[in-house]
Amino acid sequence: MAAQSAGGGGRPTVRTLATLLGPAYVWLLLTIFLPLSAMLYFSFLSDVPVGAREAELTLENYAAFFERDFYRSLMLRSFQLGAVVTGLCLLIGFPCAYILAKSIKGRAREALFLLVILPFWTNALVRVFSWTMVLRGNGVLERAVNAVFPEVGPLGLMFTYPAIVVGLVHSYLPYMILTCYVSLQAIDDDVIDAARALGAGWGTILRRLVLPLAAPGMIAGAVLIFVPVIGSFMEPRILGGTQGTFIGTVIEDQFTAVFNWPLGAALSFLMLGFVLALFALAAPAFRRLDG
Amino acid sequence: MGFARQGAAGRAVQAVVMAAGIVLGMAPASAQADEIRVLNWQGYGTDEAWAVEAFTDKTGIGVVHEYFNSEQEMLTKLRTNPGAYDVVLINSAYTRQAAGEGLIQPIDADGMAHVADLAEDLGNHPNLVFDGATYGVAWVWGLTAFAIDTQDFAEAPASIEVLWSPEHAGRVGWRDDSVEAVQMSAIATGQDINDPTDWDAIRDRLRALKPQIRLLWSSENEWNQFLAANEFDLATYWSGSAARSAREFGLPVRFVIPEEGAIGWLDGLSIPAGAANVDGAKAFIDWMIDPAFYVPWDNNVGAPASANAKANAQLPEEAFNRAVMGDAGKLANVQIMGPMDEPLRERILALWQETKAYFQE
Repeated sequence: MAAQSAGGGGRPTVRTLATLLGPAYVWLLLTIFLPLSAMLYFSFLSDVPVGAREAELTLENYAAFFERDFYRSLMLRSFQLGAVVTGLCLLIGFPCAYILAKSIKGRAREALFLLVILPFWTNALVRVFSWTMVLRGNGVLERAVNAVFPEVGPLGLMFTYPAIVVGLVHSYLPYMILTCYVSLQAIDDDVIDAARALGAGWGTILRRLVLPLAAPGMIAGAVLIFVPVIGSFMEPRILGGTQGTFIGTVIEDQFTAVFNWPLGAALSFLMLGFVLALFALAAPAFRRLDG
Repeated sequence: MGFARQGAAGRAVQAVVMAAGIVLGMAPASAQADEIRVLNWQGYGTDEAWAVEAFTDKTGIGVVHEYFNSEQEMLTKLRTNPGAYDVVLINSAYTRQAAGEGLIQPIDADGMAHVADLAEDLGNHPNLVFDGATYGVAWVWGLTAFAIDTQDFAEAPASIEVLWSPEHAGRVGWRDDSVEAVQMSAIATGQDINDPTDWDAIRDRLRALKPQIRLLWSSENEWNQFLAANEFDLATYWSGSAARSAREFGLPVRFVIPEEGAIGWLDGLSIPAGAANVDGAKAFIDWMIDPAFYVPWDNNVGAPASANAKANAQLPEEAFNRAVMGDAGKLANVQIMGPMDEPLRERILALWQETKAYFQE
C-alpha cells in the first residue's frame, strides 16, 4: 500500500494521510482523550490515588446519584436552566443575526459585529462581577430606576434565578448570533425576493423559508449554549445566592470543598450521559429541521 | 481489588497523574535558598507588605506567596505539589489529617525565640501537638459566630436565635461552607460541634434558614461589599474579619458572641514535608508570632487574637482582641474545631447540598 505512487492524482497514501492528520490526532489524544479517560477511570474509584491513598474499583459514585434525591432534582434544574437560557438566546440572538445578515451592510455591520464579539474578549469572571455591580441592592440599575421612578424602591434582583439567567444569557448570546448569522448569510437574497414576488407574506417567508434554511445555525448555537450552561457553576454561585445551587456547583464542590474527585467525576459523566441521551432523542427532530 | 494490582491501566493513569503533578509542581519547586514560599489565604497576615519587608531586611530571605480559597484546596495543593512550599497556614482542625497523609513535617522549636511565649492551652493544643511532636505552631485564633450591621439593630442581640428570627427574614447572610453551616446549627441545638449526634435537629435547623437567608457569601471581601450594599442585617462571620471590616473599611459592624456559644478555630503555621528551606520557614514562623509583628498588625489592620500571650498583653486596653477575646478563650461555651474524618466531612457536605437544593423548592 505505502509503496504506491505518492505523487500524481492517485488516492492519498497511508503515509501522506498520517503526516497530514497525525499531528491533529496526537493533539486531540493528548489534550482531550487522555484527561477525559483519566476522569472516567477516577469516577469508578473509591478514593483519589494520590500519595499513600489506597483506592478500589467501585460503582458507588454512580449509585450515590440514584440514592440521593437532591442530585436528581438539581440535575433536572440544570437542564431547565439550560433550556431557558438557550431559548432566550435564540429569541434575542436570531433577530439580531437576521438584522446583521440582511438589513445592515458595510461599516455599520463591522462595528455591530465588534460589539457582539466584544464580551468574548473580556474575562468571564469580570463579566459576571460587573453584573453584580449592576444588579445588587443600591447598584447601578436600582439607582437608575429609582432616579426616574422614586416609588419603585429596592428591586431585589441580585441572588435570584433571573439574575443567573441574565448573566448566562449575556455570556452565551454571541454564540447564537454568530452561528445564526453564518447560516442566514448563506440564504440568497434572490430567494426571499422571489418568494415575495410570488405573493408570500412576511410570516410565510419566515416560517417556510428563513427558519428552515437557518435551522443548522440555530441548532449549532443551541448545542453550543445548552451544554456549557447545564454545567455552569461560576455564574450561579456569584449571582444566584440561595438559588445558585445546580449540578455544576455540586460537582465543583466535590473537587474543591471535599477532596472527592471520584464522585465529582461520576456526576460529570452522568451529566454527559443525560446530554447525549437528550440529543439522541432530539436527533430525528434535528434531522427534519436540517432536511 | 487494590489499586496496586490493577495492572497496566492503573499504572498508566497513575503515571499521568504523577506527570501532571511534576509538570504543575515544576515552577514552584525552583525556589531559591534565600526565598521561602508561603501558602495562605490572601490578605491574612503573612502577606502584609510591611511585615514581609521587615522580615527580608532582617534575614535576607525573600517571601513569595501563593493562595488558597478553601482548606480542601490547600490540602490538594500540598498533595499535588510536594516540596513547593516552605510554610503553610493550616486550620488546626486539619493539622492531624495533613500530618497523617505525610504532607507536613514535625517542627523542632530550637531557635524559635517566641514559641515559649505561646499561651499554654493553645501552643500545646492537641490539634497541633500529637504523637510526641509539634506539627503546627499556634498562630492566631478566633471565633466564628455572626456580626450585625449596627444600623439595623438598636442593641446587639444576645442569642444565636436571632439568625432564625422572623424579624430578619430574608436579611441574613450565611457562609456557603458545609462545615460552618452544620456547626452553627449544632451550637443552636446545644450539641458538640465536633461530634453532633442529633442530625435530624441539625437538618431541621438548616432547613429553617430557607426564609431567612438573603445571600451566601464565600470571602471576606464579598461580605464587606454586601454589607456596604445593605444586602443583609446580620451574617455569620469571623471575629478577626469583623474587627478588620470595622477598622479598615469603616463599616458599621459589630461581632456578637452568642450566649449559646461560638465555634472556636485555631490556625497554626506548619512546614510541608520536603520543604526546600526549613530554616527560613522557622525564622518566618517565629516572626509571625513575634509581638513586633502582631501588635502593629492588629493595631493598623485588624487581626484575629494572637496565640502569643505576650503579644495580646501588649495591645491597647480597649482593643477588641484584648478586651473581648482576651477572656473569650476561657469561656466554657467556645468549642474549638477539632479534626474530622472524611466520611463525616462528606456527610456534612451532602447535608448542606441537600439543604441548598431544598432552598430552591
